[in-house]
Amino acid sequence: MSKVVDGLYYAATHEWVRVEGDYAFIGITDYAQDSLGEIVFVELPEVDDQLDKGEEFSTIESVKAASDILAPLTGTVVLINDELEDSPELINEDPYENWIVKVEMEDKSELNALLSASEYEESIE
Amino acid sequence: MKKTILHKHHVSLGATMTEFAGYDMPLRYTSITEEHDFVRSKAGVFDVSHMGELYINGKEATAFVDYLFTNDVKSMNNKQVLYGMMCYPGGGVVDDLLVYKVNDESYILVVNASNIEKDFAWVVKNNKFDCVVSNESDLVSEIALQGPLAESILRTHTEYPLENLTFFTFDYMMIDGKEVLVSRTGYTGEDGFEIYGAAKDIETIFLALLLNRDDIAPCGLGARDTLRFEVALPLYGQELSKDITPLEAGLSFAVKLDAGDFIGKDALVKQKEDGLTRRIAGLEMIDKGILRHGYQVFDGDTLVGEITTGYKSPSTGETVALAMIDKPYDKLGTMLEVDIRGKRKKVKVRKKKFYSKHYKKEETK
Repeated sequence: MSKVVDGLYYAATHEWVRVEGDYAFIGITDYAQDSLGEIVFVELPEVDDQLDKGEEFSTIESVKAASDILAPLTGTVVLINDELEDSPELINEDPYENWIVKVEMEDKSELNALLSASEYEESIE
Repeated sequence: MKKTILHKHHVSLGATMTEFAGYDMPLRYTSITEEHDFVRSKAGVFDVSHMGELYINGKEATAFVDYLFTNDVKSMNNKQVLYGMMCYPGGGVVDDLLVYKVNDESYILVVNASNIEKDFAWVVKNNKFDCVVSNESDLVSEIALQGPLAESILRTHTEYPLENLTFFTFDYMMIDGKEVLVSRTGYTGEDGFEIYGAAKDIETIFLALLLNRDDIAPCGLGARDTLRFEVALPLYGQELSKDITPLEAGLSFAVKLDAGDFIGKDALVKQKEDGLTRRIAGLEMIDKGILRHGYQVFDGDTLVGEITTGYKSPSTGETVALAMIDKPYDKLGTMLEVDIRGKRKKVKVRKKKFYSKHYKKEETK
């Protein structure tokens, strides 16, 4: 049973969003890390890169395959979690603590289109 | 999708399943790395029932198999196993396979699951000998028990003197009260056995092997691929194909150009005389990233090759790949670049055996 955390927004493509004011932290869900298996590399975007909703912004490599991570919203990268460069397995260990990027949101109303914790939980059952 | 006899056990063991060659097979039960480590340090058991078995029986079986197979069948002893390929006349590979010699008039070809129909048609088409060919793939199940503890574990399931079963030989024996064919072979670079038998018997043995032991783990196709990759064993469709010859794949040890005639020999003799224009080489990542099948390799603007298999090696932690590289860019130490999602990353050519094999006896070549 995959863990879902209350108070976050979720994309149907298994990314989560944690909002702090005009900023959003983005990571992948427990369901996503479990499906991928052991993560061996995370290709991060760069600070000031633009995220376009629905477009790939990072690639996570498991032992077996490379998977594109899609932006759940539009914005500009203000921070990257560079700890993941040397320790990509942190995402397996705690996917909700180990965010990938922090972005400045362009349009907060995009959050309305995302799923709540309970809606997301239903979608993965 | 087809299911092996062990399918329900894979599901109840909690395996993540994947489609492979038309079968619903276990990719992993826990994690690929954990299963990989079991096989390198203890033991693992794989369901390989999807593999194909073609039986060739008849007065001219030896001559026929020798005509199909790149390796020297005429030199084989009874109950010996030999690795090699079947080639097209142009030298490209139909499949890589194991040949089991029962006796002069009886052989078993163990072929890749994805190639069973193609191989069977190829063998039938070329049967101008006094032989009968039958595809027994659906009647034969198979498991592979691999790892340094494989022999000591199997001893507790049989009275057969396993120390006499030397590398690349086979015999019939009772395991857990079931009569099966066991060979000292595998595709992991470790000591181990492959066990062939009727579906129900293989099911009995699979369950008995896993019972009450913490030094053996069921292992999926994920670990099977990382294990064979690290010791540079080829996978058909990646390092081998109809467009790649065994010489280009670095498998000349299994191609006996000075023995009898076989299909493809003339083309391979010519290729050897002319010199190879490309070969499978090892690559090591210098920049960060993971190398994957299909990525293109460059020297400046010149396309010089393509990745055939790549992983972060679970045994060594290095990011490495097997790649088909044009000469002369295959020279050890050559710095090249790989295109990963539109970005160039530095790689270096190195030896392709990323990890040393630990066979009970070294293969005689």
